[in-house]
Parts: sequence; C-alpha cells; structure tokens
Amino acid sequence: MSVTSVIAADTYDDDGYPIDMGLMDLRLGVIDPGLKCKSCGSRAGECPGHFGHIELVAPVIHVGFNKTIRKALRSICWNCSSLLLEEKKKNEFLVQFKKLKEMGHLPDTLINNIFKEARKSKKCPYCGESQREIKFEKPSDYVEDGRKLSPTEIRDRFENISDDDVRVMGMDPGSARPEWMILTVLPVPPVTVRPSITLESGQRSEDDLTHKLVDIIRINQRFQENRDAGAPQLIIEDLWELLQYHVTTFFDNEVSGVPPARHRSGRPLKTLTQRLKGKEGRFRGSLSGKRVNFSARTVVSPDPNLSINEVGVPLSIAKHMTIPVRVISRNLELMRTYVSRGSSVHPGANYIIRNDGKRLKITDLNRDELVETIESGWTVERQMQNGDVVLFNRQPSLHKMSIMAHRVKVLPSKTFKLNPAVCPPYNADFDGDEMNMHVLQTEESRAEASILMQVQENILSPRFGGPIIGGIHDHISGLFLLTRNEKMISKNDALELLKKSEIRKLPEPVGYDDAGEPYWDGKQIFSQILPSGLDLEFPAEVCSKCDVCKKEKCEEDSYVVIRDGELIMGTIDEKAIGAFKGKVLDKIVKKYGSTAGANFVDDFTRLAIRGVMYTGLSFGISDEDIPEDAKLNITVNLEKAEADVSKLIAAYDAKELEALPGRTLAETIEMRIMQRLGKARDEAGNTAGNKLGLENSAVIMAKSGARGSMLNLTQMAACVGQQAVRGERIRRGYAGRTLPHFDKGDLGADAHGFVKSSYKSGLNPTEYFFHAIGGREGLVDTAVRTSQSGYLQRRLVNALQDLEVQYDRSVRETRGVVVQFKYGEDGINSTKSDFNKPETMHKIVSSVTGKEVV
Amino acid sequence: MAIGEATIDSMIDVLPLPIIIKETLKEDVMKVGVTKKEMEEIIERVMDGYNVSCVEPCEAVGVISAQSIGEPGTQMTMRTFHYAGVAEINVTLGLPRLIEIVDARKTPSTPMMTVALAKEYADDRDQARKVAWEIEATHIEHLADLTTDTANMQLIIDLNEKMLHQRGIDVMSVADKLGDGLGVSASISDSVPDQIIVVPNKSSYRELLQIAKKIHTITLKGIDGIKRVVVRKEEDEYTLYTEGSELKAVLDVDGIDPTRIYTNNIGEIYEVFGIEAARNSIIKEAMDTLNEQGLTVDVRHIMLVSDIMTCDGEVKQIGRHGISGEKASVFARAAFEVTVNHLLDAGMRGEIDELNGVTENIIVGQPIKLGTGDVHLIARNPLDN
Repeated sequence: MSVTSVIAADTYDDDGYPIDMGLMDLRLGVIDPGLKCKSCGSRAGECPGHFGHIELVAPVIHVGFNKTIRKALRSICWNCSSLLLEEKKKNEFLVQFKKLKEMGHLPDTLINNIFKEARKSKKCPYCGESQREIKFEKPSDYVEDGRKLSPTEIRDRFENISDDDVRVMGMDPGSARPEWMILTVLPVPPVTVRPSITLESGQRSEDDLTHKLVDIIRINQRFQENRDAGAPQLIIEDLWELLQYHVTTFFDNEVSGVPPARHRSGRPLKTLTQRLKGKEGRFRGSLSGKRVNFSARTVVSPDPNLSINEVGVPLSIAKHMTIPVRVISRNLELMRTYVSRGSSVHPGANYIIRNDGKRLKITDLNRDELVETIESGWTVERQMQNGDVVLFNRQPSLHKMSIMAHRVKVLPSKTFKLNPAVCPPYNADFDGDEMNMHVLQTEESRAEASILMQVQENILSPRFGGPIIGGIHDHISGLFLLTRNEKMISKNDALELLKKSEIRKLPEPVGYDDAGEPYWDGKQIFSQILPSGLDLEFPAEVCSKCDVCKKEKCEEDSYVVIRDGELIMGTIDEKAIGAFKGKVLDKIVKKYGSTAGANFVDDFTRLAIRGVMYTGLSFGISDEDIPEDAKLNITVNLEKAEADVSKLIAAYDAKELEALPGRTLAETIEMRIMQRLGKARDEAGNTAGNKLGLENSAVIMAKSGARGSMLNLTQMAACVGQQAVRGERIRRGYAGRTLPHFDKGDLGADAHGFVKSSYKSGLNPTEYFFHAIGGREGLVDTAVRTSQSGYLQRRLVNALQDLEVQYDRSVRETRGVVVQFKYGEDGINSTKSDFNKPETMHKIVSSVTGKEVV
Repeated sequence: MAIGEATIDSMIDVLPLPIIIKETLKEDVMKVGVTKKEMEEIIERVMDGYNVSCVEPCEAVGVISAQSIGEPGTQMTMRTFHYAGVAEINVTLGLPRLIEIVDARKTPSTPMMTVALAKEYADDRDQARKVAWEIEATHIEHLADLTTDTANMQLIIDLNEKMLHQRGIDVMSVADKLGDGLGVSASISDSVPDQIIVVPNKSSYRELLQIAKKIHTITLKGIDGIKRVVVRKEEDEYTLYTEGSELKAVLDVDGIDPTRIYTNNIGEIYEVFGIEAARNSIIKEAMDTLNEQGLTVDVRHIMLVSDIMTCDGEVKQIGRHGISGEKASVFARAAFEVTVNHLLDAGMRGEIDELNGVTENIIVGQPIKLGTGDVHLIARNPLDN
C-alpha cells in the first residue's frame, strides 16, 4: 500500500521543491499546481494521493486500541498466548457469534462477556501456568505483577495467539490480527489529506498532521541513533516514551492523562481523531451535511397577493440562478433569444455548455458568436424565470414542511416574498428572518418536487392530520370582521373585496337600502369563495362554551353552519380558517383535494386582507383605557386580596393555619397565598374584560384567535399579576428577604413578586425588578429547551430514519427486521382522510341506503 | 329484502380492514338493515375509501414519525407541575418526561402508581386508608420521637400510640423489625408504656450515632420505596395514588384490584407484564405527556417509536446505547456518536457496510433507498422493437 518510506523530517528544500523521501514527497500526491504525481502521473486536483510509511524503531501502542489491548492481555495466557477458555466454551461462543450475525445484531456485548469469562480463569487450561494480574496505567502502560510490559513483549504475546482464538475474541484474522494493535510501521497519510497553505507573505504553513509527522520522524531518528550508539537503557526508555507520546497525539490529541500537543502559538493541534469527531468533524460536518451550489439566501417579507404555491424572488437573485436546458430543434430559437440577451437582461442565459463538455460564460463579447454557433445537443444555462420550481427552506428544519417546493415569481424587490399563510409550517415571521432557496437542476427533481413537495401538497400536516397552513393574524381578524354582524356592503365595496379572486358574478343581494341601491352582507361575500357542495357545522372560536350548546339558535352568532357552500350563519374565525385549527380548510382539502385547498387559501387570504381594510382595525394605547369606576373596582379588589393575604399570614404566624394533606405548613401558606393572588388577578382581568367589549380591537383579536389572549389584555390594562420562578413566588435574593425594601421574613404579596400595576400604568421599581426576574427565567428556559429538544429530535430521526413502508404494508428497517406488520396497526395515513372515524362509516351506509344511522 | 347477520358477517369478515372499522360497519348495517345489493355497494365504497387513505409503499414513515414527535418538543415546557387531580403528588411533565420515556430509563425521576381497590374496599374511605397503610412505607419517624441517650448509651424510642393504632402496627412488631434491621437488641421498656430501647452492640458513641442514623432507613410496615400514598375519591370509588413505584410488591397486597393498577415506570411494567405491556405503556405515557401540553400528535407516530424501541423483545433506548448504537452500518453509527470507536472496532472485526440505510448512502453520495429512491422504473424503449 505504501508508495515510499518517509525518512526526512523536512518538507520542502530551499527552492520550494518537495524533498525526496520527505513528508511532501511527490510520490505521496501533489497539491502544487504544475507538478505531477510520481505515483499516478496526474496533476493536483486529480491525484487522490497515496500513502507512505514510517518504519518505527521500536513498536508503540495505538491509543485507540488501549481498551482492547487491556482486555486481550488479561484474557490470554502470558506463557502460551492461548485464550483462557476451554475448547468447549470457545465453540459455544463461536456458535453464539454465528447466531448474532444471522440476526443482524452487533457482537459487542458478547465480546465483552467472553473477555470477562476468560479473565476469570486463574490457570491456563493448556499449559497449566497460573495467571498474573495485569494493571493498566494511563496513558499506555501495562504493568504485570509490578513490572512494566514493553510494547514489544505485548506484541510477542499477541503474535502467538492462534487464528481460532482470534476469532473467539471477535476479530477477523483475515482482516486484522491482535498484534496489529501495536504499531511497528506508521502509515503516512497522503499529502492531499494534509495540504500546506501558502500565506500572503509567501511563507508556507503546514498542516497540523504534517507537524505531528515531523515530530515523529525526528524522535524516531534520535531513537535510532541513540540505540545504535549504545546509549544507556534509561535514555532509550525515555525516547521510547516520547515516541509513544507523539504517535499517541498523532492519532488523538485529547486522550485523558496525556498533555495535548500544541502548536507554537499554544493552540492544541487538530489531529486525526479531532478531524473525524463531533458536529463539525468529517462525518457530521462534511459527509452527512454537504454544501451546495444553485442556492440563494435573503430576508423574507410578506406578500398576501401571492399564491401559497409561489415565492417572490428578487430580480437580482433570479439573474444569478440558472437552470440547464438541453438545446433541441424545438427550443433552438428560444435558446437563441436567451443567449442573445446575455446575463444582464432578465430572462437571459449565463452559461453555455458545448457538445464537447466545455462550459463557457456568456459575455457581451462572445454573445453574438454563440448565438450563431448554438446547435442541438448543447446545454444552455438559462436564468430562472416565473414558474420555475424551487425548494424553499427555513432553519431549523424540524419537519418535512420546513422544505417545500414553490413556483418562482420574479419581483423587483430585494427580499424573498411569501404568502403569510405559509408562515406556520416554516415557523417564519418577518422580523428579519432569512430563508434559503435551492434551484432544481434536473427534470426528475423538478417532477418529484412539484408532485410531492409543493406547498399545496403539504397543507395537511402528518403530525396531527390537520391543516398546518392557514390563516394567521389579519386573515383571521379580517374575515371575523367581515362575517360578523349584518353588514351592508354596497356593490362597489363587494366588487372591491372580491377583486383579486376568480369570482366575477355577485349573488342575489340580500336587500336594497333606502336609496334603492342593492347591498350584500359579509357572509355572502365569504360564501363566494367556498366550493359548492360543502356542508359543515361547528362552534366557532368566539363560542363562549355554554353548558348546553344552542347550536343554530346561538345568540352570539358563534355556531357556524355551512350548507352547500353557503355560509348560513356563524362567524368565521380561527376555528374555521386558522392554521392548526381551521375546520373549513381541513374539510376542503380532504374533500376537494389539494388544488381546491390551495385556491381556497389564496382566495381567503386576499379577501381577508381586503376585508380588514374595508372595516379597519387599529390598536393603540387608548384601547387599553378602562373607565374610572372599573379602575377603582380593580384597586379595591386587589386591596381586599392583600388584606386576605395578611390575614393568612397572621393565621400562619399564630400557627392556626391548617396544613393541607401531605404538605408542610410553609408549603401550605405559599399555596394559599398563590391561590388568593391568582384569583385576584383573574378578578381584575374579568372586571377589565367586561368593560372592554367586542368593539375593542384587542378583544376582537383575542376572541377571534388572531393574536394575543385575554390574559395579555388583562396584563396591559388591569394587573400584571404574580411573577414566578419555578412555579413558586420569588424567594431568592438577600438573606430572609428578596430586596432591601422589605422586612426580613415578610411573606406579603408585594415582597414576593406580586405586581399590582398594569403595563399601561407602569410598574414601580420593585415590581419592575421582580418582573425582570420572572422574564429572565423564561429566557433561560427557552435556551435550555431548544438544545434539549434539538438533541431529542436528532436521536429520534437517527433511530427511525431507515424505516419504510414495504409493498406488503409492513414497516421494516434496513436489516429486514419487521417493526410493524401494518403501519400504525391500521395502515392508514394520518393526512389522507378521517377514514378511521366512525362517522365515515355512518355516512357511507346512510348515503347508500338512504337511512339515517345515528 | 334485508340480509341476515350471518351473511353480513361473512361479507365483512373477509375484508382487509382494521377491526374497529369492521365493527362499526357491522353495527351500522345491522341497525339499518340492508339488501345484498346495497351491502355490496357499501363494501365497495368502504374499500375504495380505505385504499385511498392507506399509506403508500416506500413512504419514509420513520422520519415522519420522528419529526412529528421532535418538532413539538420545542414548544414544551420544562417545569414539573402538579398532577392533574392529585395536588399532593408531583409528576415530571413536558420535555423532560418525554426524554425520559425515549431514553428508556430504568426508573423515572418521579415514579407514581395508580392503584384501584377491590370492591369491598373501594367504597369506604377507612377501608381504603387501611390498604394504603399496607402499601405506604412506615418509618420510625412516622411513629415515634427519638431520643439519643448518650449517658446510658442507648436510643430511646417513644412511640405515639395514636399513630400506632392508625397505621395498624403494634409495639412488639416495631421492636422486632428494629432489632432485625439494625442487628442489635431492641427491647420494650418495662417502666414507660410504648417505649422501645435500642442498645448498640458496642458501647461507643460512633456506634450509637450510626444506629440513630440507620434507624430511619428501616421499613417497619408497607413497601420499601413507596414514600406516600394518597387516597382520593375518583368518580364513585376510592383510588390510591402512590409516590414511588413498586409494581410487583403492590400486586401482592390484599385489597387492591390487580386488573386496574398502573405505574408510570415502564421498566417495571416490562419486568412484570412483559414486552407488549411495555409497548402499550410507552404509547400511553408519551401520548399523555404530549396531550397534557396541549399538543396533538397522531398515535401512529408514537406507536412506531414504541414499536422500534420494543421490537427486539426488550426495551431499547432511542440513542447511542440502543437503536442507533446497534445499526448494521458502520457509517451510520460513526455519523451519530462516538465516531472513532466505531471505526476502530469495524477495522478490527472486518465489518462490511452494505449501504442499505440513509446515512451511509448520503456519506458515499448516492441516492437513498427510501421513497422515490426505492422505486426503479425500467422502461423498454419502444423503438428497440
């Protein structure tokens, strides 16, 4: 395998030419342009590199195998090197090996058991010698009965192990023998693995591995000289140890008990193990994750007029992204026009690949010539244009909906634009998020992407089988305002609202106003975008959840009834069209297919935006205003709560308080106080909420599910409430008190983080401080959680990634082991339909027989 | 003319449908009454619906399941909350609990049992409490005040008669248990009622202090490892909730209903009831954890995770020491964790990578064998005759 022995501890001579038999020997491969490899004759970039070797003067241990060497040493006889097991046992283990292999299991545990078993023997069953205790001393010394074993001795013992015993030890004598764990020859990796870089100053900077190899060769030489000169044993042993150190750190520079080898600057060297290991290592960093061409990244911003299947791409990006098109007789003329436009005029072409495989950049100079010479069989790399399929992605890519296929819409902006309805699957917002775009290069990939990965095919999430794409924020409040209450919408307004949809005909008007002009209501307008034949009934998000639902007779108009694609009654809100919850959306996708679903989303997002513009929705500080009497009410209530807390504390101090079962008195008082203060905040919230009706825009947003909650509103308008750390009142701080503003041992509400003020009225200094404590906990929590759940996700994906549904509907992994005989016990795909629900059966039976089942 | 039950049965039984669907179908049909022709049409439509809603072959269900469980992880809380209903018992919830489940830990951080009682105990609070005392571990501090008498080199235990009576334990047995457990003489005092005197074997301060410490670890009654039992009325019967879990021991206690006993310790369920029970409890626990956080995840995903953890007959962890560490491919193992060790071992054993999995194929740079990568379309060129 080796092309040369390496003996010179140098790299380049004074002329900058690689030294023969040095670490940069030309036979080891080339990295300098212009030179040719002496082994394969190819130039830099083509030559894969070739291994060399260093003959070590004395054998040294390979660090990686220390554990195995230790186990092997302890389980073989020091005298005759046979494995300390009886013949019968050995055969038994061999049978077990075979069985494991058949089952596709790894032999790790079995091997450990064998070593454990063998170590138990006190006497060799073959030569009768009694066995000695072998101790392992870090980093790589083996001590037998107080005497250190030299690597040579260990190697000698291993060499004598028979092939059969090697097999029992779990090794394959055909590929590796135990004595190979002790190195006599060190392989020198090819130059291509450790390229030197030339700095701006013209100075060469060598790779860490080369540095390490230089050290090894130097010590090796010194060792040789000293031994030849007959140096004392002490010096020889020192050098041997030094050689061992250098070889050890060459393989792994992070062995415990070994000081890491350092660069001149003091930085620890990155040697072989460090290159492979960890997130940025070869395996995870370079082999499992690769960098790609044909991709773009920029900030995203919303555009509700785009379809969910589209993505707005800035012109400047579109000009740089190319798609290869094979020139055939039928597109020759088109390709000519692209080429003639060149790279500066938009739908042009940037590169051209000739029949001989040569790739040319299209410039102003060669453009005209290329237009003339272009012929079938060439490939033109034309610029991306409207309708091209691209992949769009936002990190972290937590689920398959994090990468979806969109159709390009080239726009004169500087950012990617997307319909806000696709924010939930990407988990994107527009506060500066960036996203990536990948341009597909082959016909197969484009077909696959548009059939399987297009946004409309991913409206339903396999996680829960419901829509993950749907209305958010303004979409919900827009349709809520439009469909709530009876509105009189004039013809002009109605047409304006539906302008961007496909609807071109208005239905019969609901009535005529005093001037005799026809008018329509919001429910009618919304009905226009529903597909005909849609039947649905459900309570809306605004539903106040009465004990007994009055259904059609709901006074709050919060029971939605849709008959044959007509919104008869009810208000459209989050429950109808929202992401995650939208029932209408869910039904349309499942009943009419993904294209109808996508059209519906496109339509309602446009309608909602116009709807919210028609009614108007604004929110300001004055929306948090509550009347004076309500304010007074809240203050009185809070004071009462504080008084109650004081009473509790008094009872506690007088030891009159009864402890809750299984709780100490101190825990009980805490719980009681927390309860009382929680109640006080809720009461304050209710007082404020009652004063702020559905005409308040914050209430509209909270109740319709567009954004925020009533709790948010309470905190802004009435009272922020108790600040908590780990679910308890704030207790940390000084000895016996949270802040110097309070007495020691004060158990009162404000001493432990109860914030009486509202955000609007402003917090006093102690309240502010407690609020910051509570807020900090939230931040820490999020930070810890992301790393933990990221690791959980990685482990889950790694464990399950090889599972696939087979043609017999069973789920198996790569070894062929059956994990499930039928996927999910019923073989049903969670997104396909509600087939597993009994209603589906009822419906089929009643539609065939014409009789009601329920 | 409506057809009879036997005909319907024979028509439905042969269908390759999940049992639940078959049952609903049968129920519906029986209720309405159908003719043979109608029945045939119903079956045709049901089968059409079923075939449409089935997973397609080659679907990479594993990754979908993993993502469906991992993705909501970012939205979960880290805190330990009170158990719904039983304010007295804390249970780990949220992300830490989910991690605990897929880690296949031997014991969860907050083991808990729900024990239903047999009929004669379930209706009466006192009877239920009696069973609870049989389960809850009673230690000396529950029953008595301890005094270390350094003058006479002895430990004086003043038992509380009320507590003794309440927990159904007498002075004799306390003395015996203490004597056996400590290996010293524990005698009932003659002078003072309900007093036990423990004398160490050797008269030294060290010995005495050690005994004074060790005495707290001796279980006088009940099951070791169950710290507390709470009796609660659930619907119309009393149920026990325990802090700490000892499934095997509790099953032997008189007065419980062994058919309605539950623990959140999956390892124990595996040991006592076997692998299928363990599989079901993984599904239940994971599902409950997710639902409690208000996250909806389809059961099929959790089933798949549970199945891969248990498909070898033992509960294996999701991760390095379980499934990921036992993959057939060297590359797949090296790319996950402990890269170097896997490579060194592979060299020693002469392992061969068949390149069947996902990671291996990505590493060598070829299409993976899942989904569209698993389908090979071979077309004959029509021009080639």
